[in-house]
Amino acid sequence: MIKLNINGTEQTLDIDPEMPLLWALRDIVKLTGSKYGCGMGLCGACTVHIDGQAVRSCVTPVSTVTGRKITTIEGLSEQGDHPVQQAWQNLNVPQCGYCQSGQIMSASALIAQNQNPSDEDINNAMAGNICRCGTYPRIRAAIHQAAKLAREVK
Amino acid sequence: MDTLNKMDTQNKNIQNVSRRHFIKGLGIAGGSMVIGVQFSPLLAADTRSTADIFSPDVFVSIDKDGQVTIICHRSEMGQGIRSTLPLLVADELEADWKRVTVTQALGDPKYGSQNTDGSRSVRKNYQKLKEAGAIARTMLQQAAAKVWQVSADKVEIYNHNALLKGSKQTLDFSKLVEIAATLPIPDRTKLKLKTEKEQRYVGKENIKILDGEKIITGNTVFGFDVQLEGMKIAVIARPPVVFGKVKSFDDSETLKVPGVVKVIQLPDLNPPAAFNMLGGIAVIADNTWAAIKGREKLKIDWEHGQNASYDSVQHETVFKESVKNPSTVVRNRGDFKQAKAAAAKVITADYYVGGLTHAPMEPPAATAVVTDDGVEVWACTQTPQASVGSVMRTLNIAKEKADTVKVHVTLLGGGFGRKSKPDFVAEAAYLANQTQMPIKVLWTREDEVKHGYYHSPSYQVLTGTLDQQNNVTGWHHCMVNHPIGATFNPAAKTAGSADLGQADIMWDVPNMLIDLGDTDTYTRIGWVRSVTNINNAFAACSFADELAHAKAQDPKDFLLDFIGKDQHINYEKDNYQYGNYGEPLKTYPADTARLKNVIQLVAKKAGWGKKLPKGHGIGIAAHRSFCTYVATIVEVSFENGKVKLESVYNAVDCGKVLNPDRVRSQMEGAAIFATTLAYYGDITCKEGQVEQSNFHDYQMARINEIPEIHTYIVKSDLLPTGIGEPGVPPFAPALCNAIFNATGKRYRRLPLKQYNIV
Repeated sequence: MIKLNINGTEQTLDIDPEMPLLWALRDIVKLTGSKYGCGMGLCGACTVHIDGQAVRSCVTPVSTVTGRKITTIEGLSEQGDHPVQQAWQNLNVPQCGYCQSGQIMSASALIAQNQNPSDEDINNAMAGNICRCGTYPRIRAAIHQAAKLAREVK
Repeated sequence: MDTLNKMDTQNKNIQNVSRRHFIKGLGIAGGSMVIGVQFSPLLAADTRSTADIFSPDVFVSIDKDGQVTIICHRSEMGQGIRSTLPLLVADELEADWKRVTVTQALGDPKYGSQNTDGSRSVRKNYQKLKEAGAIARTMLQQAAAKVWQVSADKVEIYNHNALLKGSKQTLDFSKLVEIAATLPIPDRTKLKLKTEKEQRYVGKENIKILDGEKIITGNTVFGFDVQLEGMKIAVIARPPVVFGKVKSFDDSETLKVPGVVKVIQLPDLNPPAAFNMLGGIAVIADNTWAAIKGREKLKIDWEHGQNASYDSVQHETVFKESVKNPSTVVRNRGDFKQAKAAAAKVITADYYVGGLTHAPMEPPAATAVVTDDGVEVWACTQTPQASVGSVMRTLNIAKEKADTVKVHVTLLGGGFGRKSKPDFVAEAAYLANQTQMPIKVLWTREDEVKHGYYHSPSYQVLTGTLDQQNNVTGWHHCMVNHPIGATFNPAAKTAGSADLGQADIMWDVPNMLIDLGDTDTYTRIGWVRSVTNINNAFAACSFADELAHAKAQDPKDFLLDFIGKDQHINYEKDNYQYGNYGEPLKTYPADTARLKNVIQLVAKKAGWGKKLPKGHGIGIAAHRSFCTYVATIVEVSFENGKVKLESVYNAVDCGKVLNPDRVRSQMEGAAIFATTLAYYGDITCKEGQVEQSNFHDYQMARINEIPEIHTYIVKSDLLPTGIGEPGVPPFAPALCNAIFNATGKRYRRLPLKQYNIV
């Protein structure tokens, strides 16, 4: 039995301890907001927070995250109004939307650690997240805006 | 009309009965069968009104509460079509957007073509959808006139209300539905359509994307996300070589993996590939992880077949021979041979562009349920009607039973042409039928990269001739690639796509020869975003830059001269029947003035001619595709021998713009899609097998490589054209022209990674 704390809820799952967290979330817990893109930690579509850090869930066996705080896109904010989510809406960032959960999870982890990221900080933090539709310039602009929104709240 | 009403009511009953059977057949209570997927309401999709619903057109219905339902019949894959098309209908209807529900259509010919590719959703549906809204508005106006006992011209429809002119009386749509439903449907040709001034949504800024809120909270349903009760997951080990077969296999280790339920062999594929299943061995499991692990443990002995002889690198020598003896002349103006013989200067250059795959972030995925009554599918498909056809062929369903196959379209996590080939839908239907279980077929990234419908590598030779005065007198462009046609007819050896950026070139040159070479094909070839415009425009717009330098003329000025006087190009004069993306040249001419205009606009905005910092370079390219005119300027610099994009400027003329924000986002995305193909795109085959597998060896452009992208839209009242693809073709040549400007080196082969400069 694997015990996971997902978005504040304890879950006990009867699964292979080697199962990547992504498939446990999607197939077992039925939280499909985290996406599959590569299965090798190359594209970031599966990004979740483990104790606040951005982690690629597709290469993270569930056995390694027991007892840790797992946050998925569904649990990022109660009302969908995290500063990153607000900025994403304001700037109409998504195109197809598939990679955006991962982008938002990486971006929110960044601004939690860096309240005023430069373009370079953003590029470094977000280079692990691929967007095939090509929303990168808007992602950069939205992270600047989200950081500003977050600073104003504080 | 009464008779029609009756007939449709009957049909609806039949459909409803059969849906109940679907659910009963599964032994599952109706409401709980689907988690996370909504059935498309059949009522809303019906063509005629009932007592409760006013539905004067297949695309529009209004219920008694005044809630408007608009059908989106095109697939959403990031282009924003679920926002743009329903907004057009709502605007024409004078609906309050807050009281509009957008419902995704099932695959059904009653909507017309639903094949969402070719950059034509707006182009092909603009008039039809404007009329759909206007029909409903006109009937609501007539209904209000009936209530107030005045003539219809005394009634104005505005924002979900009828207003009695000269009074303060209003009637909400909800109050008019019942009466409107009894009125005859007005003649389409006599509708009064709204003028641009009267439009309240179309063409406006700040249109929020329809699914934005769901996307940012992770609540959308893509093909990968479909969940049915009792559903199993399938992953498939497909033949490494197209038309390869399973000689034998051992699944004993696979069946030991906890969660693996079944292993099923798929039928072998024989030519043509078309949209059929590739064959192989499917592993069916309770969850994706078990299915993937189970597949790893399969031991399969493959018979690779004839295509195993294919080596894409070596095949370049075949291409080179082929262009020496072109088989097919597509366009012929003047006498190029004569021009060449008489020329003072002849310039020739060879261009090569590597193979490409679509790599949508969401690989293909489809879920199917089969019962005695029919088949129901949920898929991220660009083409639900072809998906219906694919299911019917796979399961031998008779033509007259087409209505027993239902294809629901989920959101698409990118498409780029891959998801218009429903081989993955056929797999889901086949396995659901074999297992009698709901089956979701998922393609892993490796599957997507190794078993695609590729953009073919291409070899091109361009020749330009100049006279004593340095005037360009001749243009010859010969191209060879593996034709898309071979996917459907193995005998096809010649590209059928010269219309896409090769033969339709808009240069004003007295002698022009456009021809094609022949070759055999060994993989599945398909269309990737902008298709052969990718390689044709790369070669043509790079070579135009070469001619500018040969003349020692500014490349922008050269382009304007080379395009020449204002005219609508008469291709027939050159013995060339131009397809023009399925549009008549009369209404969608190849207009040189519009091409020159985007060049001038982008040059002005980018500050063409400005003094650049040391080591920087700037390049320009302009291209018409999908009836849209795009000019692109790229500025680059070099750091430690590596190219760095400094900025990208696009000017686009796509006629009337419905949703400017989504036009800009498509242009931004196109530049980035093109950065990927120019830098990294290279699918290669050895022994008939694709050598790449995932994002480590089939790389994508990333955020740190992408600068600001500026897009300028030409204001126009002309017919809307296309926007999904036209931004792609001019980028790579503008980039390479900029690199030449910076370094003096001309790169004629893509991807650029082979030169170690990216």
